[in-house]
Amino acid sequence: MLVEQLINGITLGSIYAIVALGYTLVFGVLGILNMAHGEIFMFGAFTGVVLVSELHAPLWLAFIAAVLITSLLGYFMERFALRPLRRMQGVSHLAPLISTIGVSIFLENLAHFLFGAGNHPFQTSISNVKIQLGNVSIDMVQIIIFLISVVLMLLLSVWLSKTKAGKALRATAENIETAALLGVNTKKMITFTVIIASAMGGIAGILVGMAFNSVNPQMGLAIGLKGLAIIILGGMGNIKGAMVGGLILGLSETLIVAYGESGYRDAIAFIIIILILLVKPQGLFGSKVSDARR
Amino acid sequence: MKSLFRHSFIALLIFSIALLTACGGQNTGKSESSAKPEQSSSPASSAPSPAAGDSGKVINAKIGVISYMTGPGAAYGEAITNGLNLALEEINKTYADKLKVELKIEDSAGKQEQALSAAQKLMNSENVVAIIGPTLSTEMNAVGPQANMNGVPILGTSTTANGIPQIGEFVFRDSIPESLAIPASVKKVVDKFSVKKVAIMYGNDDVFTKSGYDVMKKVAEDLKLEVVDTETFQKGQSDYKAQLTKIKSAQPQAVLCSALYNEGAVIMDQARKIGLDVPFVGGNGFNSPKVIEIAGKASEGLVVATPWFTGRQDEKVQKFVADFNAKYHKDPDQFAAQAYDGLYLMADALMKAGVADRSKLRDALAATKDFQGVLGKISFDKDGDVVMDPTVLVIKDGKFQLFE
Repeated sequence: MLVEQLINGITLGSIYAIVALGYTLVFGVLGILNMAHGEIFMFGAFTGVVLVSELHAPLWLAFIAAVLITSLLGYFMERFALRPLRRMQGVSHLAPLISTIGVSIFLENLAHFLFGAGNHPFQTSISNVKIQLGNVSIDMVQIIIFLISVVLMLLLSVWLSKTKAGKALRATAENIETAALLGVNTKKMITFTVIIASAMGGIAGILVGMAFNSVNPQMGLAIGLKGLAIIILGGMGNIKGAMVGGLILGLSETLIVAYGESGYRDAIAFIIIILILLVKPQGLFGSKVSDARR
Repeated sequence: MKSLFRHSFIALLIFSIALLTACGGQNTGKSESSAKPEQSSSPASSAPSPAAGDSGKVINAKIGVISYMTGPGAAYGEAITNGLNLALEEINKTYADKLKVELKIEDSAGKQEQALSAAQKLMNSENVVAIIGPTLSTEMNAVGPQANMNGVPILGTSTTANGIPQIGEFVFRDSIPESLAIPASVKKVVDKFSVKKVAIMYGNDDVFTKSGYDVMKKVAEDLKLEVVDTETFQKGQSDYKAQLTKIKSAQPQAVLCSALYNEGAVIMDQARKIGLDVPFVGGNGFNSPKVIEIAGKASEGLVVATPWFTGRQDEKVQKFVADFNAKYHKDPDQFAAQAYDGLYLMADALMKAGVADRSKLRDALAATKDFQGVLGKISFDKDGDVVMDPTVLVIKDGKFQLFE
């Protein structure tokens, strides 16, 4: 049982991690929490449901479509909910946060209107494929989820550290004014970041649909809150932190159920986060000077 | 370039506003259309108007509805209001010379406080003669005492937790309680598969699923079953693999699962995926064709006891299923059927009372005996709780069938 539960935990953790990556990217560059990220993620999941379960399109097409749609949503959100606030003088630093909450309510109700209430099935040809190792059975889907999340994280960190665009993004995250002075088109960089974060949300949405076969308009909120907790745990704006934090939360939730009381699943998981933060207030990988740039 | 953006932004705004008003309009449209003819004749609760009917007097009754129409449980509210609206249409047509019913539908969003303010609005400013709803037992626990205090008959069509009709003499329900449904289904499964070890799984953040668990625990004790594992989950959770893997390793012969169908269907899907292939016994909330729609093949082996069965060979039932299909393009589930019968029960009692009066309506409702509805023969006991025989069903070959 332990091996199976560990696999369950790693699957859950990888999904949490991809969701958290989206939060952490936007926070790193803009310094705001994007409360609509969970809802963008939910739209990715619905794109998958519509394409795979209803139109019987292949899975890879669903991934591409989800990335396109969530990128578009991300672009619109940046353009109409975040950018206007950035241009104005004397806007409270909480304004973008409230604005993204508005976007999240709008998107949740839009999904409710378009797709109806309740859970939607997500049936793929691979969702019933199993691999048997001794007396341990692993779902193909679980392996795919883990691989995709690892590949995504590797791609993201290589892109951030090696490419010119990635360096520009990090410069923008460090200090917007200085980056602009050095010739980085910060406006474009910010839009780009929100788009990438949203696209990752879209991919995570499809993975959740595949893993749990439950897609509904309210799913964004539950997973979104976990994503927030993870970036606080891992260190705000830190990519490695999001990945490790996601795995810690996923594994602890699963193991609590396996060896303790399932009713205390969330309570104990969050108590663990609080304890870690008491020892390391800046999060596992957060830098102590993260506030110095402001 | 900038103006282009601005234009598309404005277009998007207008589009979204149009969307919002469009979906808002649907709900009010239904109740308004039924309200119009009456408005021209007389204001509510005044003496019956001579203009409305030519033979005798027509009872004008305004009935309030509180339903869960937005939020995670909106599917229940949708089924309930669909059932009510179909019944409303038929009643106003069939009994046109005796009865004119008008529904005032309010949304509770599944929240106690919103259900309560909706009830207060219906009772005090809308002056309804009775209330149908609210959807959840949790909500009924808040609304029931208020309605009872104000002397407004209230009929729950989906509230199945223990103790609901005992709130007061004005509180009724036509939904079969878990304490009647679950023992019937558990007993049949235990007899057929000679089950000795069971696992229980339930949602611990909802009055309804929690009360289902209490019944399951008691039934297990009564039948001397060994409970090898008890697991809980919360609303809106999407990953149940950890609990299910644990249950699987305890090797039960059946799983008693107190869940609403939305969570329940996903639980079954994940259970079958990890190779937990034992029969599942569900409560009332698990009984919906949606389980098959969501979980597909994985739903095979789910046993429920239910007052409602789409396949029952009965003229009335088949006509209801056909009419419901024609209107909403799907099969009615138990929520729709219970709501449909609920409004008929109200109409029946109103005609017996002869006048749209709250306490006379209560007395007429309480006297209901062997009312023939789509659920079967319905009577109320001394508390106002429904009395009827549940049918035990199992999902087999992609549909609900009688469990033999």
